[in-house]
Amino acid sequence: MMPMLSVRGLKVSIRTDEGTAQVLDDVGLSLERGRILGVVGESGCGKSTLIRAIMGILPKAARVEQGEIWFDGENLLVFSEAELARTVRSSRIGFIPQDPLLALNPVFKIGTQLLEIMHWHAPNDGSRGAERRKRHVGRLIGLLKRMQVPDPEGALERYPHQFSGGQRQRLLIAAALACSPRLVIADEPTTALDVTTQHQILLLLRELVSEFGISLLFVTHDFGVVAELCDDLCVIYAGQTVEAGPVRPILDTPAHPYTRALLACHPDRATSFQGIAGSVPSPLSPPPGCRFAPRCADVRAACSAGAPPHGKAKSGADVRCVQFA
Amino acid sequence: MTAILTLRDVSVELGGTKGLLRKAVPPVQAVRGVSLDLHEGEILSLVGESGCGKTTLGRTILGLQQESAGKILLEGRSAGRLSPEAARRARGAIQYVHQDAGAALDPWWSIGRTLEEGLLIQGVRDRGERRKRVAVMLEAVGLDPAWGRRYPHEFSGGQLRRVALARILLLQPRILILDEPTSGLDMSVQATVLNLLLDLRKRFSLTYLFISHDLSVVERLSDRVAIMYLGRIVETASAKLLFDQPMHPYTRTLLAAAPRLSGRRASDHVVVRGDPPSPALVTAGCAFVDRCPIAEAKCKIELPLLTSVSAGHDAACHRAASEQFASVRAKRRA
Amino acid sequence: MRPILAKLSRDVPAMLGLAIVVVVLLVAIFGPLLAPFPEDAAASHLTRRLRPPSADYLFGTDNLGRDIFSRVILGARGALAIALTVVLVAMLIGVPLGLLAGFRRGWLSETIMRVTDVVLAIPQLVLALALAQLMSPSLETAMLALSLTYWPFFTRIVYAETRRLSASLFVDALRGVGASTGRIVFLHILPNALSPVIVRATIGLGFTILVAAVLGFLGMGATPPAPDWGLTIAESRTYLPKAWWYATFPGLAILFTVMGFNLLGDGLRDLVDPRIRRSR
Repeated sequence: MMPMLSVRGLKVSIRTDEGTAQVLDDVGLSLERGRILGVVGESGCGKSTLIRAIMGILPKAARVEQGEIWFDGENLLVFSEAELARTVRSSRIGFIPQDPLLALNPVFKIGTQLLEIMHWHAPNDGSRGAERRKRHVGRLIGLLKRMQVPDPEGALERYPHQFSGGQRQRLLIAAALACSPRLVIADEPTTALDVTTQHQILLLLRELVSEFGISLLFVTHDFGVVAELCDDLCVIYAGQTVEAGPVRPILDTPAHPYTRALLACHPDRATSFQGIAGSVPSPLSPPPGCRFAPRCADVRAACSAGAPPHGKAKSGADVRCVQFA
Repeated sequence: MTAILTLRDVSVELGGTKGLLRKAVPPVQAVRGVSLDLHEGEILSLVGESGCGKTTLGRTILGLQQESAGKILLEGRSAGRLSPEAARRARGAIQYVHQDAGAALDPWWSIGRTLEEGLLIQGVRDRGERRKRVAVMLEAVGLDPAWGRRYPHEFSGGQLRRVALARILLLQPRILILDEPTSGLDMSVQATVLNLLLDLRKRFSLTYLFISHDLSVVERLSDRVAIMYLGRIVETASAKLLFDQPMHPYTRTLLAAAPRLSGRRASDHVVVRGDPPSPALVTAGCAFVDRCPIAEAKCKIELPLLTSVSAGHDAACHRAASEQFASVRAKRRA
Repeated sequence: MRPILAKLSRDVPAMLGLAIVVVVLLVAIFGPLLAPFPEDAAASHLTRRLRPPSADYLFGTDNLGRDIFSRVILGARGALAIALTVVLVAMLIGVPLGLLAGFRRGWLSETIMRVTDVVLAIPQLVLALALAQLMSPSLETAMLALSLTYWPFFTRIVYAETRRLSASLFVDALRGVGASTGRIVFLHILPNALSPVIVRATIGLGFTILVAAVLGFLGMGATPPAPDWGLTIAESRTYLPKAWWYATFPGLAILFTVMGFNLLGDGLRDLVDPRIRRSR
């Protein structure tokens, strides 16, 4: 079965005041249908740029230099902006942002905002006008009930600030699912939430994935969340994919030196608090070859010679490292 | 161990506007009757979710928020019932590190000047002396002394935290209140910051009050943990005891909800319903009663007090006091 | 400092504004040295009245035979003098009031802001005219009138900034460190609040020159024979449209000067904010 989303060899650069930043360099990932893929990386690794590239909302100063983004059999990079807006975003790819408060317009009722999404992106079922609107309202209420938002009818009449953070996030999940997309991209949706609320949302997402048959791309920096929620994992460092594969084997036996170093920092594993020596290279002047080489404990000459080769770890994960080629 | 800081029945009311031209709004009980001992040299973590009052409690201990009731003793002497400015003078041994370390710095001042300012306020008149101490402290927190000339926006998040630490360490405090010291930091940076904190504690003989919701960090770093819910402390114990045998139902749901690397699947534990309560909520009995999986009739009408359930382990729950719970350790760890 | 200047240099309109302002400043300072006929500030030469622009008289001559080019140059001094005085006095009144009103809530703050609102409602020109009637019209009365009506703008800005800043985290941190109120207000809040004030002041300079020119035009500002730009335009009315140069060149002088200050002010505004927002 063809993966729902497949990114291959993606290279993205962004023009800045200080020069051209090579933000993404040969990034690849594969999200299988009906599964949850966790994209993990630290700040500056290019996660947001990757998401934006997939959704086609890169800033004007950005350029996709190379690569393919295959979504359900089609290469998104050849779509025009109009086609993406009309036929892909919201209708086939849903998006759950990080901060629900910032994503909602404070002066419009929730109902107005959600119905607007449906108005533009919901699949055409033949109904029109008031009839269509009634159907949309019905669907929304059903979704809000499923999200365990209390009093769904009343909720549609309220404003964003009248909800708690957790409830707002549920509203946005409902918005993302409103038009029955096949793929949902979630950008750190639980970072701003309390622990118990986060737990509820993660549980909800897991149920929705199996119930609605969607594929979920979950971006996060928290390995704990990945361990709980995701089926597969993709680790990114400084714009390069370093390791990808099923979650449990990678967490138990990480292969790539960066993955190993990063997991060793996690409080659940760390014997002492060490951190990783050095700092993330600036995308304006990235090191040649493998970008982790300057900080890697197992570095060799071949590491800076060229792009890190593809290899397979004992755990079955794909690793980009000379040690496994 | 001696108690360097003692709180007895401290309550804090916030907000509230008086009548006259507007409708009177009653104040909110952010902290309700908290009693706490902070022992010298230990790391005590204050854990809770939004609205529990941990930040307000931290600011009250610092002095920027005045308590409405209760006693605060610092190093054995009474230091309570003071206005913010007086409180800061009396409790200079307590310093605070903000969650957003960068926003706590004046963007128009170089960090060197900001660091020197603390010394200037303390009365160090000689400029050379100030410069020297600042340079020494910057090195102690792992920063190049030459960077004193730089401005806050030129530093990364982790570095700003070090700057914030340097700033208050120059004031020679004994107690540090750290508000979410690892939030917003990458894992690798987080590890370095925690390492630094442990190092500094040893070097400068400090006592830490951590305010955090990151249970992984809390478990690894703390000596003792206090769990807060709606303005009250509902459980205190040593870190080991609390994580091995949580007594209070809220603590148990909190521990169960925290994402751990062992990857316990998000579907096989009691999921608590609803959201953390707003501090405006006033209850006669236990505040957790609506969300508690083992609530009884008694819980609704009678407020459970923090009582000892075993050696060094206190919980505010009627049922915890009278029953024993099985250890959840086996289920949690991979 | 350096990154600010570097960024400014990339903003073409702002650089243009800066260039114009510098030129006007130099002309004002070195006026008498630059003007080919510096005595024409007062002297008259009736034999060469109303001559069109030529090699000798670049901007032509006016109805009293005075070289307009020289008078325009000499007029710069008056224009800048009034602008700087008015804006400075307005800042001296407005900024402290704004700080006071913004830092402490209560009846004092409310009173100051309500007074500010009232004064804001008074139209500048009307007050200037009224004052000119009460005392005799002169550059000084114009300055007084304009200062008295301009300070509320600064109070408003400083009030908003002070309120925002006193709730900010770094002020909180300063209190934690034990800083006194005076230190917080004067060493921390004030410098941070000054950025929008400087932008406003720059634009205010241009605006004041314009208003002063209008007052001069109405005869309520500078008095003859001062080489005031507005006054010159007023004098030129009877000789238009034949002696087009009489009104045109002083008018252009006003145009470019005001434009220069506005462009510079806009450029400064773009500079000042991002730096603060970026620092994290």
